[in-house]
Amino acid sequence: MDAQIVVSILISVCVASTPLLLAATGELVVERSGVLNLGVEGMMIIGAVAGFSVAQITGNPYIGALVAIGAGAVFSLLFAFLTLSLVTNQVATGLALTILGLGLSGMIGEGFVGQPGIKMTPIDIPILSDLPLVGKLLFGQDAIFYTSLILVGLVSWFLFRTRAGLMLRSVGDNAKSAHALGIPVIRIRYMAVMFGGACSGLAGAHLSLVYVPQWVEGMTAGRGWIALALVVFASWRPARLLVGAYLFGAVTIAQFHAQALGISIPAQFLTSLPYLATIIVLVIIARNRRMTMINTPASLGQPFVPDR
Amino acid sequence: MILFLEKRANYSPLFSALSPVLALAFTLVFGTIMFSMLGVDPAKALYTYFVFPLTDAYLIEQIILKATPLILIAIGLSVCFRSGNWNIGAEGQYLIGGMFGAIIPVYFNDFQSPLLLPMMMIMGMIGGALFAAIPAFLKARFGTNEILTSLMLVYIAQQFVDWLVRGPWRDPQGMGFPGTKSFNESAILPELIPNGDAHFGTVFAVLVAIGVWFMLSKTLKGFEVTVLGECPRAGRFAGFSTKQMTIFAFLLSGALAGLAGIAEVSGSVEKLDDKLSLGYGFTAIIVAFLGRLNPLGILVAGLILALSYIGGEEAKIALQVSNRATNVFQGLLLFFVLACDTLIHYRIRLVTSSKAGGTG
Amino acid sequence: MVDSDDNNKELLSVSGITKIFGTLKANDNVDLIVNNGEIHALLGENGAGKSTLVKMLFGSLQPTSGTIVWRGNKVKIANPSAARILGIGMVFQHFSLFDALTVSENIALSLGDNIEMGELADKTRSVSQEYGLPLDPDALVGDLSVGERQRIEIVRCLLQDPALIILDEPTSVLTPQEANKLFETLERLADEGRSILYISHRLEEVQRLCSRATILRHGKVVDACDPREETAASLASKMVGAEIDIVHRETGSGTGDILLKLNALTMPPATPFSMPLRGISLDLRAGEVVGIAGVAGNGQSELFEAISGEAIQADSDAITINGIPSGRLDISERRNLGAAFVPEERLGHGAVPNFALSENLLLARHSSDRADFLGLGRMGVIRRSKVKVLSRQIIEDMDVRKSGEDPAAAALSGGNLQKFIVGRELDRNPSVLIVNQPTWGVDAGAAARIRQALIDLAANGSAVMVISQDLDEIFEVSDRISVISDGGLSEPEPAKNMTREKIGMLMGVSHQNDADTPNTQEATA
Repeated sequence: MDAQIVVSILISVCVASTPLLLAATGELVVERSGVLNLGVEGMMIIGAVAGFSVAQITGNPYIGALVAIGAGAVFSLLFAFLTLSLVTNQVATGLALTILGLGLSGMIGEGFVGQPGIKMTPIDIPILSDLPLVGKLLFGQDAIFYTSLILVGLVSWFLFRTRAGLMLRSVGDNAKSAHALGIPVIRIRYMAVMFGGACSGLAGAHLSLVYVPQWVEGMTAGRGWIALALVVFASWRPARLLVGAYLFGAVTIAQFHAQALGISIPAQFLTSLPYLATIIVLVIIARNRRMTMINTPASLGQPFVPDR
Repeated sequence: MILFLEKRANYSPLFSALSPVLALAFTLVFGTIMFSMLGVDPAKALYTYFVFPLTDAYLIEQIILKATPLILIAIGLSVCFRSGNWNIGAEGQYLIGGMFGAIIPVYFNDFQSPLLLPMMMIMGMIGGALFAAIPAFLKARFGTNEILTSLMLVYIAQQFVDWLVRGPWRDPQGMGFPGTKSFNESAILPELIPNGDAHFGTVFAVLVAIGVWFMLSKTLKGFEVTVLGECPRAGRFAGFSTKQMTIFAFLLSGALAGLAGIAEVSGSVEKLDDKLSLGYGFTAIIVAFLGRLNPLGILVAGLILALSYIGGEEAKIALQVSNRATNVFQGLLLFFVLACDTLIHYRIRLVTSSKAGGTG
Repeated sequence: MVDSDDNNKELLSVSGITKIFGTLKANDNVDLIVNNGEIHALLGENGAGKSTLVKMLFGSLQPTSGTIVWRGNKVKIANPSAARILGIGMVFQHFSLFDALTVSENIALSLGDNIEMGELADKTRSVSQEYGLPLDPDALVGDLSVGERQRIEIVRCLLQDPALIILDEPTSVLTPQEANKLFETLERLADEGRSILYISHRLEEVQRLCSRATILRHGKVVDACDPREETAASLASKMVGAEIDIVHRETGSGTGDILLKLNALTMPPATPFSMPLRGISLDLRAGEVVGIAGVAGNGQSELFEAISGEAIQADSDAITINGIPSGRLDISERRNLGAAFVPEERLGHGAVPNFALSENLLLARHSSDRADFLGLGRMGVIRRSKVKVLSRQIIEDMDVRKSGEDPAAAALSGGNLQKFIVGRELDRNPSVLIVNQPTWGVDAGAAARIRQALIDLAANGSAVMVISQDLDEIFEVSDRISVISDGGLSEPEPAKNMTREKIGMLMGVSHQNDADTPNTQEATA
């Protein structure tokens, strides 16, 4: 195969992987603090519609992306208030967030259906992006792509090298003990949930400003759920998310190229591939129980009410 | 001001009954605000949404028609949720149930028999149950997260049914539209009232509600469901098996979703097409919680959610309000139901921050 | 009230502290004075309000009213870091440690903001060596023993250089030898001029260690005294406020039939942090109580779950109940053979917290009393009225104090709920009863009642196994005593041949080897 084609395929893999990586990175921090937010899909689609509509109105995709980040964070507050202040069931509340997000985005985005979007233009780093082959791949992509990679590094550094990260992990491991030591459990969890919301919002903006770029109702198409699966796959370690997200990105892209290569499998089966892959990956991960048990934040999904 | 919760010694039966009503009231208040912001007269909008459909016999029948699958699916989900099994793939089980039930009329289009309908219904239930058995088996055997697997299977089911109705099952005389041949007379569920839209599935829904209510509230099996959901470790001490319960709850829930699917296919569409997936499996989650996971409550909750669908259609025609507002209403309702449930187990206190001290 | 402020300088003075939770007065107008360099005991039985008081001193809870004076200044301790800045350190009863973090990460979490992690590891090593509390800073806490965990708590506390150290029931998880080492450490700390507030309900420890004691009962201070001038009996009656029935026991003959036989019972660990069972053999005979002593986390709950059938064995001969091989039977089938079980955790294992007492009765007896409780054959319709009648009967028999007709399990105090849970099993008159930590967190009156009931059951011809960390309890009820350590069981010996020292020795060694030699128990029994 032509090297140029390989590079363009690799670039498309990057584009498909970026939203998964972003949303999963955010959720990883949330889960490390002991909170299970199943509303990733809902926060993503809110980010997608917010980013798209603001970009259309202002004509600037960067403002759109920033608003998407804010919208994701604000939307996640709803979940935080219910689960952290009112100790509602985290699974049910996460589902509610997804259902509401899908509904709300449909209403907000109704006027934007079918409009041609504004694509975020790639940042060409001078000279480097002109390098043969790898130039465009490594130095000629959009800002959100770079953000996603930097974010993984930052999150990894934050969790394992800073005191604040240590506090966040301690809250996820044992909220009661953390509270007894005077660590502000609820405040830390609020911040973690909002960080997750912001990441999901940006992931959604990537879909509507880079990947597609258009507003299509329900355009997240289960990516939020795949991001949740990726966190399990990565056993709550940021670096492993990179592997997982790019693996899934590659599977997604494979379906397009399988058709191009003339492999005669019905399109519907190819579309099912990422979902099927998710199930298979979850089974493989779950079989290694020891690893899952050691890495799972021990208080994940457990309600916590501080006594006074 | 800081909000904090004080655990009640015993749960409050008052708030247990009141919480869905409170949640509905909050949703209406929120709806008023939303319609005002959209520049629609809120009184008129809420009337169109929630009262007008009840004044018209045709619309009431539409509500019953719409409520039927919601109720059937939600009852199954209530058993799952009560037992701590998060089946959120009911949409897929509904689709596969509809597809499974359609096998006989698709392949033996001319087959006529009084036994045909029962066979189709049973096939639908088997299909839904088999599809639900996948996440159940994976959870029981490998400890795989059932939330994610059951949801992923929805997408797979959608693609699979889509492929069937556009590919091997497509009616050659269908002018290229996706969908199977229309079923013959004996494969169609009878109407509730002559020449109406609502079909016999409603009777199934009522019977199932009574049966499952009896099971949950009167029998040892129901006790087992609640114990394992509330406290798995105590359940194990009682001699109940979490794994068997996972299988049981998913199979039951899948079978009911499958029944809803084939009832819809046979009673309403009268063939299998590409428009079967309308999100009932997800709306049923709201129905289940609004009905407080109680089958009799779910009967009422299903009608309320169906009312919001029909009201939404009316509001679109009468007031040019987007019927997407319906989905927002439904999402909000679930939020308020969950929030109000807190009152059942906790008293909420507001404290000024100077007195609160503490670190939480 | 307190008469000793001329020689010693007051470090801490608490006056009129009250703490109200809802309708419960956990502390009622409590006064307490701790002087420099003294080891001060805070005595009281379970539920007297000791933990509530010290949580307020450490800033985890806020008093409803009252004042705290520290080094002569009135202070408000808003949170634990404020307490640490003042110089108050705390060693928790239920450790506030994080399993998934390393020792030095655990320590860093309770220290100030600007601690260099590399520096911390060195400091940890030096402090732990100085006080003879060896620790590996890089070890994961989840892999450590209970004794090592307590060392982390103490070292963590010492690194803050506190003037006052609060220890909440520190010896409840230690072997007698480890406890002795702890006492030496504490005496050394007091010699350095630090004050220690020592919370306990164990009188002999307090008499050995402390020169002054404040005694709490039902949230109120009932006395402040020098424990060395009191007898154990006088201290006990001050703590409890009433005479406690003394538990009576006739020595069992130990010649009855074997009702429960464990035959080289072996189980792999269920989770990464749990204990395997290594070749446990034991014969439990009609008419005897066998006590299983041991430090927490040595396989007690694993042993309990293996015998109860919550964890099923591969080999059906590993457990024999009433002569029937039961290794592959589930818990209901084992119950139907005449066995009964009382687990360690009341709420969440022995009972569903939000369920009414009658429902919790059904929980354990739906299979053994199927004919009575369930109707309509396979449908299994619950006869609620019959369940409620029996539930009332048990409540009466065991003198369970409750509010309301059929309250939720969580609404009862620990002692009353435990009486109900034990009564639920005794009412069946089981031939084999396995009890794990029967009186943990239970007030003295209820504890005495429960222990007497266990002894009476054995006296009537049943076989009883009591798994307990409380050596007093072990000696009070047992005919024979065995020690569980590292998942293995020592050979049981008649209680009269056992001493605390001997048990302490057995707690420190691994028993998998001697348990592998089959049937040595027959000879001793």
